[in-house]
This record gives sequence, C-alpha cells and structure tokens, in this order.
Amino acid sequence: MKWYLKIIPLLFLLVAWEVVSVLLNNPFILPEPVSVAAVLFKPTADILGSGSILDNSLLSIWRVALGFGLAVACAVPAGIIIGRYRPVEELVNPIIQLFRPIPPLAWVPLALAWFKIGLPSMVFIIFIGSFFPILINSIDGVRRVNRTWIETAAIYGAKGWKLLAYVILPAAAPVIWTGLRVGFGVAWMCVVAAEMLPGTNSGIGYLIMYSYNWGQVQVIIAGMIVIGIIGIGVDILFREVEKRKFQWQEMNR
Amino acid sequence: MTVVLRNVSKTFTARQNEQLLALDNISATVAKGEFLCILGPSGCGKTTLLRMIGGLDHPTSGEIVVGGTPVTGPDPRLAMIFQEYSLYPWRTVRANVGFGLQMRGMPDEEREEIVNRFIGLVGLEGFGDSYPYELSGGMRQRVAVARALATDPAVLLMDEPFGALDARTRNRMQKELLFIWEKTKKTVMFVTHSVDEAVFLADRIMVLSARPGRIAGIYDVDIPRPRDRTSVEFATIRRNVLEFIDRLEHSQ
Repeated sequence: MKWYLKIIPLLFLLVAWEVVSVLLNNPFILPEPVSVAAVLFKPTADILGSGSILDNSLLSIWRVALGFGLAVACAVPAGIIIGRYRPVEELVNPIIQLFRPIPPLAWVPLALAWFKIGLPSMVFIIFIGSFFPILINSIDGVRRVNRTWIETAAIYGAKGWKLLAYVILPAAAPVIWTGLRVGFGVAWMCVVAAEMLPGTNSGIGYLIMYSYNWGQVQVIIAGMIVIGIIGIGVDILFREVEKRKFQWQEMNR
Repeated sequence: MTVVLRNVSKTFTARQNEQLLALDNISATVAKGEFLCILGPSGCGKTTLLRMIGGLDHPTSGEIVVGGTPVTGPDPRLAMIFQEYSLYPWRTVRANVGFGLQMRGMPDEEREEIVNRFIGLVGLEGFGDSYPYELSGGMRQRVAVARALATDPAVLLMDEPFGALDARTRNRMQKELLFIWEKTKKTVMFVTHSVDEAVFLADRIMVLSARPGRIAGIYDVDIPRPRDRTSVEFATIRRNVLEFIDRLEHSQ
C-alpha cells in the first residue's frame, strides 16, 4: 500500500480529536490538537520548572540504556549457557517459569525497599522487565541451532569458544536479536511507569504525571506522543538491523 | 589412507531400555584412493556407519582404524559431507569454504589462496562473495564439497550428498565428483540408496541388508571410467545388484 494511503486513518483520528475537543470545550479533559502541537514544537522549552521534554526524554532513555544494558549483559550469557546445557536448563527452568509471569511493576515495592527511591530502583525495574524476554529468546535461539551445523563444526575440529563464536552465536543471533527488541519494548514501558512513582522528580514519565497535577493535559498528551515516537523509533532501528544483518534467515527457508 | 572396519557393531537404546541392533559385525578394508559406495535401504544403518567413521558416533563394539590409528572422535584426516543443508547461511561461499581452515587457525592470507583454488575446482568462480541462499541446490553441495576438500582430508565421507537434487543436476554432480576424485586421489566412502549412482561412481559397492545392517555382499565394478549408463556392462552390473537386493528382501 502506498504510504500516503496509510496516513489517512491517522488524519482521520486527528480530525475526530479536533471535533471532539471543540464540542467538549474543556482543555482540562481534552485540549485541541493545536495546543498539543505547540508543546511538541518547543521540545527544549522548560515546562513548569521541571525541565524540557527533550531533557526529560534523554534522561529516560539513559535510564533505559542502563537497565536494558545490564539485562543484556546478564540474560544473553545466561541464556547461552542454559540453552547449551540441558541439565542446567532442567535445573533453572522452574525458577524462570516462576519469576517470568510476575509483572515488572509488582517488583516496585521490593525495589523501593532494597534500593530506596532513585536511579538504582528504576534501573532494577527496567532490568527485571527486559531480562526475561531476552533470556527466553537466547535460550530458544541457542537450542534451535541446526544440529548439522554443530556436527559440521565438530568435523572441522571446532570446539569450545570457537564453536560458540563462529557457529552457535551467529546461528542464534536472529532469535537473540528478537529478544533484545522485545526486551527493549518492555524496558521502555517500565521506565515510564517507574518514573511515575512518588518521589521521582525527572524523566518523561514524571513529566506527564507532574503535568496532571497542574492540569496541563496538553503536556500529558504531548509527552505520550513523544513516548510513542521514541518507542517506535527504537523498534524501527532494531528491525532495520535485523533486515540487514539477518537476511539469511528469511531467505534460507 | 586405508580405512579398516573391524567387527563394528552399534546398538541403540530405544525407549523402555529396549536394545536395538542397528549394525551387526561390519568388517571391511577400504584401500587408499578407493571409491567405495555403501548401498542399502533406508534404516539399514549406513548413515550411522559413516557417522562412526567420521567420529560423530561411537561403535558399541569393534574398532575403526584409519591409516593405522583408531578413530575416537572427529579427526582432521576425515571430512564429512551431509545430505542436508550444512552450509553456514550467514557466511559467504568463500567464508564457508574456508571454515575448516579457519578453525585450524590458518592465517587469512594463506587461507585465501587455498579457498580460491577449491572454489575454482568445484566450478564456482565468481560466486565467492555470494551467500548460500543465492545459490541452487547443486551449487550449495559443490560449496560443501569444496569446504571438505579445502582441509585436505585423506578420506572423504559422503552421506547421500546428492540425494536432494533433481536427476539432471545429480548426474552432473556425479561426473564432477569423479573428476575431482581423480584429480585429488582421496579415499571416498559414499553412502547412497541408488543402485544407479553406486554403479556409476564406485570401484566397489558394499551392499548392506536392512535392520540390523550387515554386509550382504560386495560388488566390484570394473567398468573403466568414464562410464556410460546406457552401455551393456553398466546395465549388467546394475541388474545383478538389483537382483541381489531383491533376493535379499525376499529372504528376510
């Protein structure tokens, strides 16, 4: 489908929004699109003394980068070990199955008890949120490596780290990458939620919560749009890399 | 290098600890530079036999000796070519062919030269930077052959390498394989279930019976190469082997 056809529903939504906001005539419930756009077009302007949209977004991205990076550093190696060695998998699987369904936000009280309010507890929540999707995909990716590829490597004497670096990792990379993409999505949701916790005083999540206290609904909506755009942007980045680096996976079928 | 199989048997443990005899007391000697075809119906353990020679599996009893030393695991003197798709799809043709040498720690420049030579030998000049998914089935198997030859093994183990190819490509690949074999003088052990393929390729055909696999007979194919599939001698040997297999099936 042509791209200009795809934006028609978006335009329709915008028109509907305009109509409803004019009919309601109450900026504390639904401000007009123009006033939201005004906020969006000044991303560096200070908002109610809490910093600009840009600064707060960058801060949120930084927090995600910390938590997500930590999760990648732990979950990928753990996933490779678990996926590679069946007994390890059987031993840790009950733990994984028990912890996986706990929503990241259910960890908040514990995070506060352990790390108090601040960066460490936010990083912890983000870490927990992205850890499991990355772990599950890493395990799965490693386990699904074609047996013939591993046996071929054995024939040519590849063992230990060589087998890992030249066969298992590249073969599992597409699935691990999907895990990273899903994990980042969860991490991004977590940071926004974590920043809404009482006691926080920065970040894009904080900004929209704070704007609510001051009845600045246009800032809330602008902030939500920014959150959405950053989320999509990173997802597109992940997909682009996937398309370029792991083309072989699609074509191989 | 000669390959000696001495009373090789393999038992698998199936469910409920049931013992399943897959190969029963296989003894044979494959001479240096010989082209041996192992012919048998599916499930006769011919792949298992080849895997044990390649060191991917271990005999339950008996011994496999290559060039005087027993095989205990994967061995640089032996290279194996699988039927199924075994190339690394994230590697180019060049990187696939160089895989074995890279694993042995050969420096890049040295590898480059050998890799180019074998890409040329299997007739894939100009495809060095292609990826496997850009190649046809026949070309992929040529890459697999080049990858095996590049490590300069003494023995080439081939497990129905052309089984997934269409008839025409298959015939062409057989001719090319013979050409390469005559040039490199490797010992080849080639597993197939096609009588036609075996008669076309082999110096000797080892016929295995079904479950458990036993050596049912050994045929010498003394037709000079290149062999003509439509010739009388070819037809005679093929008929003999086919009749033998028929009798074998009826007697079981």
